Amino acid sequence: MDGTLKIPSVTGIDVELRIAGPGGRSYAFVIDWHIRVLVALAWMIVSGLAYFGSVRTIPALDATSSDFIFIVVLPAAALYLLYHPVLEVLMRGSTPGKRIAGVRIVKRDGGVPGVGPLLVRNLFRLVDSLPFFYFVGLATTLLTKQSVRIGDIAAGTLLVYDDAHAGTFEDAPSSRGIERLGLERAELVRDLLTRWPELRSDARTTLARRLLEHEETVPDTLGDEALRARLERLLS
Amino acid sequence: MDKTSKWLEVRLPLWRDVAAKLDSVERGRHADPEAVTKVIAAYPEIARDLAIARREAPRGPLTRQLERIYLELHRSIFRSPSRMRHDLAALFVTDAAKIAAALRWHIVWVTALFFASASAGAWLVNQYPELVGLFASEAMIEQVQSGQLWTEGLLNVVPSSLLAVQIFTNNISVALFALVIGIFYGLGTAYIIGMNGLMLGAVFSYTAQHGLAERLFEFIAAHGFVELSVIMVAGACGVSLGEALARPGRDTRVVAFQRASMRAAKLMVVCCAFLVGAGVIEGYVSPNPSYSLAIRLCIGLGYLALFVIVLSGALGRLPRPRE
Repeated sequence: MDGTLKIPSVTGIDVELRIAGPGGRSYAFVIDWHIRVLVALAWMIVSGLAYFGSVRTIPALDATSSDFIFIVVLPAAALYLLYHPVLEVLMRGSTPGKRIAGVRIVKRDGGVPGVGPLLVRNLFRLVDSLPFFYFVGLATTLLTKQSVRIGDIAAGTLLVYDDAHAGTFEDAPSSRGIERLGLERAELVRDLLTRWPELRSDARTTLARRLLEHEETVPDTLGDEALRARLERLLS
Repeated sequence: MDKTSKWLEVRLPLWRDVAAKLDSVERGRHADPEAVTKVIAAYPEIARDLAIARREAPRGPLTRQLERIYLELHRSIFRSPSRMRHDLAALFVTDAAKIAAALRWHIVWVTALFFASASAGAWLVNQYPELVGLFASEAMIEQVQSGQLWTEGLLNVVPSSLLAVQIFTNNISVALFALVIGIFYGLGTAYIIGMNGLMLGAVFSYTAQHGLAERLFEFIAAHGFVELSVIMVAGACGVSLGEALARPGRDTRVVAFQRASMRAAKLMVVCCAFLVGAGVIEGYVSPNPSYSLAIRLCIGLGYLALFVIVLSGALGRLPRPRE
């Protein structure tokens, strides 16, 4: 499986993006699906209670049925059906689910897709969702080299991983820290500190000790938080 | 201070500044020209810094941050200009006509298939009236047998506004499905067009046998011309998708399919807009008995003329957008 997308540049410095596989895609889709179902249901309940004073699901054919459909059913259906196309356009190739899963839609040249390609990839959901539970879409992501569904093939788009761990320039190591450790080691310390809350206690302790042992003697009695404080001091 | 820490101390303020300026350029509707110039000028500088960072700390967070900002710069500088309003106007005034002209033979073939199927449906039900059960529901058949159309008294049951919304959402779904199902080498689209033709021919023939064909024509006169024309155009778009896969020409299948999809989607935007109008007419005019056949024909043929004008490019040319 070809797992990266190489983006050539006029400067000669290329960048590679990791292509999201069926797992990353499905994870994002499942989150989005839950969000849109919940939002649509919430609308039905809130608008139903506000307008009719009760939660109704099946409209009776009476004088209020068209009010019910225009106020409760249609907006809820629009929220559910237009969630992907509208949010992908507004969030320039992303949705809340994709953000949480750390993926985004890009063009094959790595650029942000325009309105046209985003609408086309959503239009082909009609085929990708056939015959049930996105079977065609899932099958094509499993079978294609770049894990794309038919909508992506039609629109010329891909799903790639966004580097969520990159952080910002604000927490770059200080000059003194770099002078003390060298850039590569300072970056390793910074990377470990960024990921500290996500790592298991034994794993981060082992890594912290290995990094600190190059600079100072580390007593065996030092605990988790003390090791972290020493790492932070190294960078300051 | 060693070389690397000095480099970082000098460059870090620039990276922070570029990140902030890029953010303001991307978020703002009207970007500050000075900020844009700075962002563009920073592109090769960031490329050079990225090369240094990759050498010094290949997998570190700093390299990844630089890669990220470099990519954002690349996207921002090389993306096509956004001219939403102009593009939308151009779609209706010129682009739809160009696409329709490119698909003219597809439209002719799909229309021929539709009328052939309609004739077959009409002949079948004319020869074997009991076969109407294949094309119409039991309730519809019973109503026709009792000398009434299923469309009569529709407004007593469903309000016009609701009817219009139901109709145009259904028609848009059918048109879009007829398009995307063309991915099966055009066979899916051919099936949908053929089935719709068979159904229309059969129902017309059956109503004719009970002396109701004139009333059915009266019902569809205001909305039917555009509705059917849009389905033909959607079918033609679907067939063109199938053709791109079966006969990609000099391009690869993927490239030909992408081109056909984008072209078809553009045309479908125009078609869907017309389907909304047709739905409104079908909800408000068609079931209302106070409109005479002459008025219905005026509305139907007038709306069809507008559709033909858009697809023929007779709306003229659009002024060039301001740069």
